[in-house]
Amino acid sequence: MSAAILTQGLRKVYPAPSSRGRRDGSQSGRGPRGVSGPPVRPPPAPGANLQRDGNGIVALAGLDLEIHSGEFFGLLGPNGAGKTTTIGILTTRVRATAGRGLVAGADVGTEAVAVRQRIGVVPQRPNPDRSLSVLDNLVFHAAYFGIPRSHAVPRARALLEQFEIGQRAESKVDELSGGQQQRLMIARALIHEPRVIFLDEPTVGLDPQARRSLWDILRDLHAQGRTIVMTTHYMEEADRLCERVAIVDEGRLLAIDTPAALRARAPGGTLVELALDGDAAPSVLLVQALPHVTGVSARDGVLRVYSDRGGQIIPMLIDTVQGAGRTVNNINLAAPSLETLFLSLTGKRLD
Amino acid sequence: MDALRTVRASTVFVALLRRDVRVAQRELPYFLLRTIMQPIMFIVVFGYLLPKMGFVRGTYSAALVPGVLALSLALAAVQSVTLPMVQDFGWSREIEDRLLAPIPIPLIAAEKIVMGVLQGVIAAVVVLPVARVIMGPIPGLTLAHAGALALVTVVGASTFSALGLFIGSVIRPEQIGLMFSIIIAPMIFFGCAYYPWRGLDVVPVVQYAVLINPLVYVAEGMRGALTPALPHMSLAVVTGAQLVILTVFCTLGLRSFMRRAVG
Repeated sequence: MSAAILTQGLRKVYPAPSSRGRRDGSQSGRGPRGVSGPPVRPPPAPGANLQRDGNGIVALAGLDLEIHSGEFFGLLGPNGAGKTTTIGILTTRVRATAGRGLVAGADVGTEAVAVRQRIGVVPQRPNPDRSLSVLDNLVFHAAYFGIPRSHAVPRARALLEQFEIGQRAESKVDELSGGQQQRLMIARALIHEPRVIFLDEPTVGLDPQARRSLWDILRDLHAQGRTIVMTTHYMEEADRLCERVAIVDEGRLLAIDTPAALRARAPGGTLVELALDGDAAPSVLLVQALPHVTGVSARDGVLRVYSDRGGQIIPMLIDTVQGAGRTVNNINLAAPSLETLFLSLTGKRLD
Repeated sequence: MDALRTVRASTVFVALLRRDVRVAQRELPYFLLRTIMQPIMFIVVFGYLLPKMGFVRGTYSAALVPGVLALSLALAAVQSVTLPMVQDFGWSREIEDRLLAPIPIPLIAAEKIVMGVLQGVIAAVVVLPVARVIMGPIPGLTLAHAGALALVTVVGASTFSALGLFIGSVIRPEQIGLMFSIIIAPMIFFGCAYYPWRGLDVVPVVQYAVLINPLVYVAEGMRGALTPALPHMSLAVVTGAQLVILTVFCTLGLRSFMRRAVG
């Protein structure tokens, strides 16, 4: 299979934000360059873990990826992991600080126009042209790709029908619901028949029904042989849709494989998470010595224990933790999954 | 599935222009209202009421008309680029679909400038007859120098359109009000729109300080073209200065546009 996308050592460092013009002093409230900053990068959510280096914030720390032609590929990671920056670079909307990216054979740095010719992009937040009608959003986008109106109108109407917004063709964009706007964005990304389609967190903010109908659309697109690259922080979404998934965090690739193979790499046994009333680190050694415990880690006030006896070890865990002088405030159980693999790789939850 | 059409940049450019013309057409009534209101007010007060009250001489209207025309075309050009661009680059990021078009990004900025020039020229074409109707016969007004008039109009509209590109890609939506107070208002009052530049020789410091104001050259150029009997700068000086300022604004505007467009 040929590569639709190839990246080598892709790195992006955003300039550190100045304190001027910031509403608060925290790192997490804004994107690296504030509201007027870089285009496609959304502000990281509170708690996003961005790496700093001397001159700025490292969003991508040398990413190597190979995505096959016709593949449905997922980039999975928490907010601030570098997913959106990766999509930004591959869609020529963000300039890489270092490294190289090829999309459908064209270099994103030196052949941006050729790359744009071959891709369709569905943004994280719908950004239709609000000055145009629903139909004209598609017809004008087609015109930007040299498709004459006589060809574009029937194709646009067919896409709108397919995505069940055909009756709204003449409406203003603002009259569409969130789910309908997101479907319009997918239609827009398809109107010029691109080879590669990028979707950045396409189902964020959609209700479950809209999300499922979007999944069906994406499966159809994939069945037509298109290469699809999607970012998500929903495990279930990556698991159900993607042929291969890359797990990224803090701008680095942590694992890349099929969802099944990744699940198989998850640490054995059930994950028992204990939220303690203080530092969990002193309990690690004590818990490690217990029978049926296959792994232990501590982060802040949370103790994560992998057990080959499911929840049966909970009473024993509570006693042991109390022996270390801590009280258990909350207990959480999770079966082996991408989620538990992610936790074991990063020490963090996805959302 | 993939025909991989190679699209010429000119085709994409025309498509971008057609999109903006479509939007502008729909907003034409608002555009005309916005363009005409301010000059009408000035012409009514300074060209009609004050001369009637005897506070200014009737000949003042001759000095006023070229300035009002200059101001109208400058404001139309700058606003028609700045206002949509601030929105486009704002929270909604509506410009994204155009930034994904297969065309070098600087040409997307150039298309915005062309659109601003078009609207500046339309403003000038609309305001001149309106002024003539309200003020009646204007002493010394001539359309004999149509070539100079066209040159000043097009170069002036280009200068302010490029300024619009710079402002539109630098300021944030919440700063639009500030733009009027700290950029547009001083530019209007110190732009020699309501008095000839030569008249400022009573305060030499001001006379030379206003030379950084691009509106001065459009107003003086209009004076030279429309009312050549009144004092005005020569067409060569006006055009030369405008081309220098145009180059500076284009450079600054393109740089800030690129910075906003590509992260």
